[in-house]
Amino acid sequence: MKALVSVKRVVDYNVRVQVKSDGSGVITEGVKHSMNPFDEIAMEEAVRLKEKGKLTEIVAITIGGAKNEETLRSALAFGADRAIHIKEEGDVQPLTAARAFAAALKKEGAQVFFAGKQAIDDDANQTGQMVAALLDIAQATFASKVELDGGKAVVTREVDAGLETLEVDLPAVITTDLRLNEPRYLKLPDIMKAKKKPIETVTFADLGVEKGAALTISKTSAPPKRSKGIMVKTVDELVSALKSKGLV
Amino acid sequence: MSVETPVERDVMEYDVLIVGAGPSGLAAACKLKQIAAEKGAEISVCVVEKGSEVGAHILSGAVFEPRALNELFPNWKELGAPLNAPVVRDELHLFYSPQKSFKFLNFMIPSPMHNEGNYVISLGNLCRWLAQQAESLGVEIYPGFAAQEVLIDEQNVVRGVQIGDLGVGHDGKPKDGVYAPGMELRAKYTLFSEGCRGHLGKRLIQQYQLESKDAPQHYGIGLKELWEIDPAKHEKGLVVHGAGWPLQAFGTEATGGSFLYHLENNQVVVGLIVDLSYSNPFLSPFDEFQRFKHHPVIAKYLEGGKRLSYGARALVKGGLDALPKLVFPGGALIGDDAGMLNYSKIKGSHTAMKSGMLAAEAVAERLLAGSEGGDVLNGYPEKFKASWLYDELYRSRNFGAVLHKFGALIGGTINWIEQNIFGGKAPWHFRDLKKDHETLKPAAQSQKIVYPKPDGKLSFDKLSSVFLSSTNHEEDQPVHLRLKDPSIPIGRNLPLYDEPAQRYCPAGVYEVVTAATGDKRFQINAQNCVHCKTCDIKDPSQNITWVAPEGNGGPNYPNM
Repeated sequence: MKALVSVKRVVDYNVRVQVKSDGSGVITEGVKHSMNPFDEIAMEEAVRLKEKGKLTEIVAITIGGAKNEETLRSALAFGADRAIHIKEEGDVQPLTAARAFAAALKKEGAQVFFAGKQAIDDDANQTGQMVAALLDIAQATFASKVELDGGKAVVTREVDAGLETLEVDLPAVITTDLRLNEPRYLKLPDIMKAKKKPIETVTFADLGVEKGAALTISKTSAPPKRSKGIMVKTVDELVSALKSKGLV
Repeated sequence: MSVETPVERDVMEYDVLIVGAGPSGLAAACKLKQIAAEKGAEISVCVVEKGSEVGAHILSGAVFEPRALNELFPNWKELGAPLNAPVVRDELHLFYSPQKSFKFLNFMIPSPMHNEGNYVISLGNLCRWLAQQAESLGVEIYPGFAAQEVLIDEQNVVRGVQIGDLGVGHDGKPKDGVYAPGMELRAKYTLFSEGCRGHLGKRLIQQYQLESKDAPQHYGIGLKELWEIDPAKHEKGLVVHGAGWPLQAFGTEATGGSFLYHLENNQVVVGLIVDLSYSNPFLSPFDEFQRFKHHPVIAKYLEGGKRLSYGARALVKGGLDALPKLVFPGGALIGDDAGMLNYSKIKGSHTAMKSGMLAAEAVAERLLAGSEGGDVLNGYPEKFKASWLYDELYRSRNFGAVLHKFGALIGGTINWIEQNIFGGKAPWHFRDLKKDHETLKPAAQSQKIVYPKPDGKLSFDKLSSVFLSSTNHEEDQPVHLRLKDPSIPIGRNLPLYDEPAQRYCPAGVYEVVTAATGDKRFQINAQNCVHCKTCDIKDPSQNITWVAPEGNGGPNYPNM
């Protein structure tokens, strides 16, 4: 059974993100990027399933410019067998990404599409769901446990009320949540080996996908600064301070 | 590391291993591949880097002299090297009070501090570019992996390095499911290019007794911020240097210098270098830097601007007198791991690159002659002696010592005479024999310094600053700041020097915490560490040893 795993290159989670002075977005130049942490969890899960003999092949896929090759190399070091690089400079919105992944999924004949539940740059949480809708296949989102068995997947998902367990027919889309697993450290020998694994480069046109923008970003701004607090010495002082602000 | 049972480690072998992807290491890597290509030979080169990516741990002013780059890549312009802001104008100020300053006329500036033909750059970005060139020449670069130990065989020959283990808990025990033993990288020759006070370089200098007999090494701590300023105030390529306030203009007990450079894209960098030979244990380089930005000469540019990043790094400035022996069996020290910085120019990038290129030439000669490695690379010091690099360092050999001995103004005058009249070949020779960790006076004999509160516009507190360095370390791992004797901070340093680590650390790693009972405890917040190495240098008891934490840890500097 083959799995397709999408991995997105995002600004690293350690980086203190700065908004551009013209409000057109955030500064990404010269800033460290890495694989979306939720996608790392998706990669890890696929690799564990392959180690258990439930999957036979893992194909990593990404959309973006030349630097995305780094992200694919990380995926290959995790344990993907090969990778597909959809070359596209510039911004790609969730619907376009979903169309491309749906086309690739079909072309590859993969039974499972793994993706992080969302990417930490836009937090859209849309792509996985859209892939399922476009292909009219099952989806199990926010997975915290995944079991593959024959033509089915049993997925435990984190919902507001607790845990919900779904059984879905394959092919299906599974998006991964934080508690699913703890991704392994990439080992140097695996990174070395990953340099030799194949990466296929395709374009939106090759996949028959037209790039469109459904959304326009009108403005990006930093959250307002927290104003300085005041220190009070006694409870009475606190109460009167709260009263003067009309808070009690 | 205390994993009890011996672990099985993967091994990879290369012709040349380079530890640290800074300007010297990357220049060496490129040079090796260029020579190999020219001779039609195969030389395998591997570079390991502890930062999460190339450039993540690079912090420098920087005004860059392109001399070495011109030699390495004569076509660097076509190749798109990020040298985008040619220096248009130099200013040198003597700050003699928090408000007042004197601007030197052009002819009064010592000639090494003239910057025609140089560029204001981000060294981090230059290293990222150099890494691309190196990779396209066939060099393998592995960021995120810290070299932890030097592999030395029974014949006392350096055979490579061992990469640090991943997934070791704070108790030193492997963590279930994630532990990954570090690999052994072996090579015929290993070049150490860790930068100032490299932790392996330090050990090699001890092990092979490489230390200079002429003078001890000297250091400074450089603190730097990147700002985006009002375009109306921005003058791309403007270089402003300063001496004096907030450090001493006339005294010799707190020396250093300051800078403000205008990059491209309305960005400026501002920084302060504090010589680590300062004597007052109450001095806080971080707070000196914060108040420095309020001087009118500096504030006029920064006001209304936005701080983008912060960082700090120790720098080596002992020059030729303090330069250790460069080679040992199986390897060499290059760049600031040796101490190639030219303090009279306050530049170390071109000298670092050149030293790497010279070492690379020496290594290539041996390999092409069929050497199996492990020998002493005598060709490197010979080439060094014959190069412009040696000449440059020779001409500036007195510079730092004179500033230490006579202070900024008088020392600066002597330096002016030496550089502008004698072209760096004056008939005198000054040495500074006191080590930087020996200069602190007891707290009882020192005046406390009260620093102004940060205003949140030009000056900031330490923690919000460290936040901007995007520093992170895996939480559950052994503390990488080792105390030889854990009782010293509270037992000796506190009563004697009011534990200066609380102040010299630019990242708030060290705290003296008082419990409700009144007991004092020394707390190490290793996660904050920006890998500057100042503690390893300045601790008066030489009790702190900086070792490499788990790979990927440390700052994530952008274009610093």
